[in-house]
Amino acid sequence: MTRLLLSVASFALTFAIATASAQQPAPTAPPASASAPQAEQGLSGSVTDETNEAVRIAIPPMPTQQDVNTPAGSTASLGVRIAEVIASDLKNSGLFQPTGPNGVGAITIPEVTAPAYDRWSGMGAEALVQGFIRSAGGDADITVGCYLYDVSLKTEQTRLGYVVPSRDWRRAAHKCADAIYARLTGESPFFDSRIAYIAETGPKDNRVKRLAIMDSDGANHRFITNGQSIALTPRFSPDYKSIVYVSYVGRRVRIYAYDIGAGTQKLVTESENAVFAPRWSPDGRTILFSMASGGTTNIYKVSAAGGGTPVRLTNTPGINVGGSFSPDGSKIVFESDRSGKQQIYVMNVDGSGQQRISFGGGSYATPEWSPRGDLIAFTKLGSFNVGVMTPSGQSERILTHGWQDEAPSWSPNGRVLQFFRTSQGRSGKSEIWQVDLTGVNERRIPTPVDGSDPAWGPLLP
Amino acid sequence: MIRTSATLMTLTAALALGACAKKAPQELPPPPVDQSAGTQTPPPSGPIPGSQQDFVATVTSDTVHFDTDQSDVRPEDYAILQSQARWLARYPAKRISIEGHADERGTRDYNLALGERRANAAKNYLASLGVDPSRMSTISYGKERPIALGSDPQSWAQNRRAVTVTVQ
Repeated sequence: MTRLLLSVASFALTFAIATASAQQPAPTAPPASASAPQAEQGLSGSVTDETNEAVRIAIPPMPTQQDVNTPAGSTASLGVRIAEVIASDLKNSGLFQPTGPNGVGAITIPEVTAPAYDRWSGMGAEALVQGFIRSAGGDADITVGCYLYDVSLKTEQTRLGYVVPSRDWRRAAHKCADAIYARLTGESPFFDSRIAYIAETGPKDNRVKRLAIMDSDGANHRFITNGQSIALTPRFSPDYKSIVYVSYVGRRVRIYAYDIGAGTQKLVTESENAVFAPRWSPDGRTILFSMASGGTTNIYKVSAAGGGTPVRLTNTPGINVGGSFSPDGSKIVFESDRSGKQQIYVMNVDGSGQQRISFGGGSYATPEWSPRGDLIAFTKLGSFNVGVMTPSGQSERILTHGWQDEAPSWSPNGRVLQFFRTSQGRSGKSEIWQVDLTGVNERRIPTPVDGSDPAWGPLLP
Repeated sequence: MIRTSATLMTLTAALALGACAKKAPQELPPPPVDQSAGTQTPPPSGPIPGSQQDFVATVTSDTVHFDTDQSDVRPEDYAILQSQARWLARYPAKRISIEGHADERGTRDYNLALGERRANAAKNYLASLGVDPSRMSTISYGKERPIALGSDPQSWAQNRRAVTVTVQ
């Protein structure tokens, strides 16, 4: 089974990063098998480079003891759909080669905890995901069990139980996929998370830009603003209760905080000047913003609770803009053209100690600090592509090669980036794309219309 | 009455042309005014004085352009802003908004800042010509509202601009 011990080693070599990430405990998991093997012995992970093969993983439909109806469909149909979402999540990570649930025979409830290993090894599967779904029907919650097995060692690797309202069945699937991803890669999970972005329609010279949200895989899509005013650069609050974004309502450039539960919004700060580029601190208490006045732009911070005088953090001629907190909240990475061209700088959270970190030639924009703290993602100007470097400016690597790739946003585990790709020419078409840190696994995120400015929220609890 | 109706329609057409001129090449002459109306109706004399249409028809251009990533008003565009200042001197009650724009080959937030810097540069030049700053506001559209749709240097050059529009 050594081949399956595809560890984070390839990342460690490429980026010289700390690899020992804290494992996210699976929520509400039933006690895992006491004989869970050590990582060195069993099926293990693959946040892979291009030379590694994807793990072949079988995912049969999840059986249900009693087929009952829920508002989201019968439990039997949910058992198939949950397995489909798990397969899709794992496949889209680029690290797995799922088989099923379609085209794979059904399993029985007793089989869930006693796999027919020979059947799966006969299919060439290295890993096996089985589960069950149970509900009292009607408005009752559904319970989803999820089990991961090593087919060769014939051992259970992890298990997870999740109880959700039936309408949230996709979340149970994402949680299961997250547990599998975490167990087999050694990385933190990221599937059960959401994206805020700008939905775009209309001609290039008069784009309609609406605030919208969706799950990390594009499902559960919802428009929030109606498009009468241009909306830009949304960011989910860390608790997902609020979204800050730029709106042109009233022919002014201002930042609003939209309360998702209440459906109301308020100005983040009062100013006669253009106020834009909002960003949350990791604890959700502070909002960074940029304000343009008299031809210069500087970065400020203000209490997210409202009220209070904004504190100016930069004070140089030219343009200081954007910003992204380090995960511990102690530092901010931002961009500035104070040297003549756009470059990346780091400062302490009080504005002191401003230091340029980008010296790779060319210019850089939209720095975003990884939630793991080990990397800064950016837009490389000129070529207009997305790359990463360490917080000290080392080991720069370009990951994408579109005509115009812009504004990377980190997955909650700091291993995948979403960004938007604009087409060359008169269409003005833009799409949301995703790439992992190898640069190999790249795919488009499906959206109902064009999309830009993706902002990935944290892992849901 | 039939003649009058026709005249009104022609006038409407002329006004529509005036509105279009904002997006037309800089050297476009003032929109033509229909002279064929009969003696019973006084001939329309072009856009209403002091209106946005009058502004566009009167000034050399409503738009100045900028070099890549630059926000200095080009010397060859001084005359454009001078013509705008003359018009503003003639209509001292009028206020303007200057809209700053950037080309698509910049990132969104930076382009918002750059558009503001360009609008501010045009505003400062107008102020130096005696236009009261309290009559002028700025707004940046960054790269959100290109006027030329291509992804080529010519289109980008057209989109790096500050456009003056009258308000009120």
